[in-house]
Amino acid sequence: MPKSLMKGNEALAKGAILGGCTHFFGYPITPQNEIPEFLARELPKTGGIFLQAESEIAAINMVYGAAAAGGRPMTSSSSPGIALMQEGISLLAAAELPSVIVNVQRGGPGIGTIQPSQCDYFQMTRGGGNGDYSIIALAPSTAQESAEMMIDAFELAQRYRTPVFIVSDGMLGQMMEPVTMPSKVPQQSVKKDWAAVGHDNRRPPITIKTLALDPCDLEQINLRLQEKFMRIRESESRYETYRISEAELIFCGYGSVGRILKNSVDQLRHEGVRVGLLRVKTLWPFPVEAFNVLPPRCRHILSTEMNCGQMIDDVRLAVNGKIQVTHYGRPGGIIPTPEELADHAKNILAGGCQ
Amino acid sequence: MFNERILCAGFGGQGIMSLGQLLAYGGMSEERHVSWIPSYGPEMRGGTAYCSVVLSEKEVGSPIVTTNATTAVIMNTPSLIKFEKSVISGGIILVNSSLVNRRVTRKDVNVYYIPAVELAGECGNQQAANIVMLGAYLALTQAVTEKSIISALPKVFGEKPKKFIDLNRRALELGQKAVLGHGPKLAAA
Repeated sequence: MPKSLMKGNEALAKGAILGGCTHFFGYPITPQNEIPEFLARELPKTGGIFLQAESEIAAINMVYGAAAAGGRPMTSSSSPGIALMQEGISLLAAAELPSVIVNVQRGGPGIGTIQPSQCDYFQMTRGGGNGDYSIIALAPSTAQESAEMMIDAFELAQRYRTPVFIVSDGMLGQMMEPVTMPSKVPQQSVKKDWAAVGHDNRRPPITIKTLALDPCDLEQINLRLQEKFMRIRESESRYETYRISEAELIFCGYGSVGRILKNSVDQLRHEGVRVGLLRVKTLWPFPVEAFNVLPPRCRHILSTEMNCGQMIDDVRLAVNGKIQVTHYGRPGGIIPTPEELADHAKNILAGGCQ
Repeated sequence: MFNERILCAGFGGQGIMSLGQLLAYGGMSEERHVSWIPSYGPEMRGGTAYCSVVLSEKEVGSPIVTTNATTAVIMNTPSLIKFEKSVISGGIILVNSSLVNRRVTRKDVNVYYIPAVELAGECGNQQAANIVMLGAYLALTQAVTEKSIISALPKVFGEKPKKFIDLNRRALELGQKAVLGHGPKLAAA
C-alpha cells in the first residue's frame, strides 16, 4: 500500500470517507479547517452530503436529523465550537443516534488561542451537556492513527448506537506524516428499524425524541443506557505501553503528548534512567486495567498533559492510592519539549519537587 | 543514529513551507520516518513563517524542533534573531545573506552565508532562493538525495513543465556549490 504525506486533519477526513460517512455538517474554526476543506471537495464524489451550517448549534442538530434518518453523519470543530454543541450532544446520547464528533483542541478557556492544547479532557470525558451519559472518546497520536480511529469511530457509533468523539489537537491536526490508507473498508450493514425513514402508511410513524415526562419511564431509559455504557467499558478501552519493563516512573499521556513522551522515554533510558510510557488511546472508557499490569518496581506515575491537570483524576481513580501520582502540564497552547518532560521526571526520581 | 531536525524560517512567500515539505516528501520516499509541521499562528499573515521537519531512523515523537534543531535554514533577519538559539551545539545555520543583514553571534555552530536570492536569479528566478538553500543543506548533510527531492517537486508544486524542474535542479546545484569547498563562514565570499 503506498504511503502519502498528509496532515492529521486530512487523515481524519479521509478516514471519515473510508468509514462510510454520508453527511458532514460544520462551521469553520481553526485549527480544524482542513477537515471541512477536504470533505467539501471529496465527500460529494462518494455520494455524500457536505453542508456548511450557519453555526455550530445548527451543525450538531443537523447531525441529529441525519442520524435519525439512518445516515452516518459527522461534524468537526474545535474547543469553543464543541462547547456550543453540548446541548445537541446530550440529545444524541439520549436518542442513541450513531454519529461522530471531532474535536481538534485549541487553548482555552474562553475563545483562547488557536494553538494546540488538551484542555478539553473534562469536556470530552465528563460531558458538557446535561444528564447521565458517557461518550466513547478516541485519542489518536499520529496521522496514521487519526485515519484508523476515524474508521473505527463510525463502526463503534453504529455498533453501540452512540455518538463518538475523536479527540485530536492543533499539533496533530496541522502536522504532516506518512499515512498508509486502506483502499476500502468493508462496512457491516446495520439494520436500523428505529430510523425515521418513511412509513408509507404501512406502520405508525417513528418519532425520535428525548422527552420522557414519566419518571418511571425515564428511570428505565437511564438504566438501559447505563447497561450499554457498561458493555462499552468492558470491551472498548485501549492503550499502548512503551518500554515499561523495570520502570520506576511511568509517564501517562495521550494524543500529542503521548507521542512526545516517547522521545523523553528514549532519552532517559539512554541515560540509564528507568522510565516507561502508558499511552491512553481511549479517554472514555479509560483503560483502568492498564494500571494493574505496571511493573512492581513502579513507584511514581507522572500524568502529563497540555493542560493544568485533568486526566490525573482518572489516573488516580485507576491507581486507587497504590502508587503516587502527580501531574505535569503546559496549558494555553504551549507544547512541552521532550527534554523538559525528561527533566521533570528525573527531578521526581531524585526526590525533588513534585 | 540518523535523526535530522530542520527548522526553516523566513517571511511568508519565501517558500519556507514548501522547502520543508520537499524534505519531508523526499525523506518519506527514502523510507525514513518523517514529519512536517508549520507555524500556524497569526504570524502567517504577514510576519515570520516557519516550519519544523524531522527525518529519522526511528518513529518521530515530537515534530517540533524550535529548541533542538540540527540545522536551521534562515531566510530573513527576524528569523535569525528568533531562532539562532534554537540550534544544538555543533549544528548548522544556513543564512540567506542576500536578505539577512547581521552575523550569527554564536561560536559553537557551523554557519554558512549563502547569497541565495542572487544565486537563484542566476538560475532564472529569484523565487528559487529556498531551493538554493535546500541544495546547500543537502550538500552538507546528505540527508536526502537530490533525486528524491526532484521527484518530490510535483507533489509540492503540482505538475509543472520541464523548464521548472530544470530551474530547480540548477538552484540545488548552485546551493551545493556555495557551501562545498568552503569552510563554514566563508561561503559569503
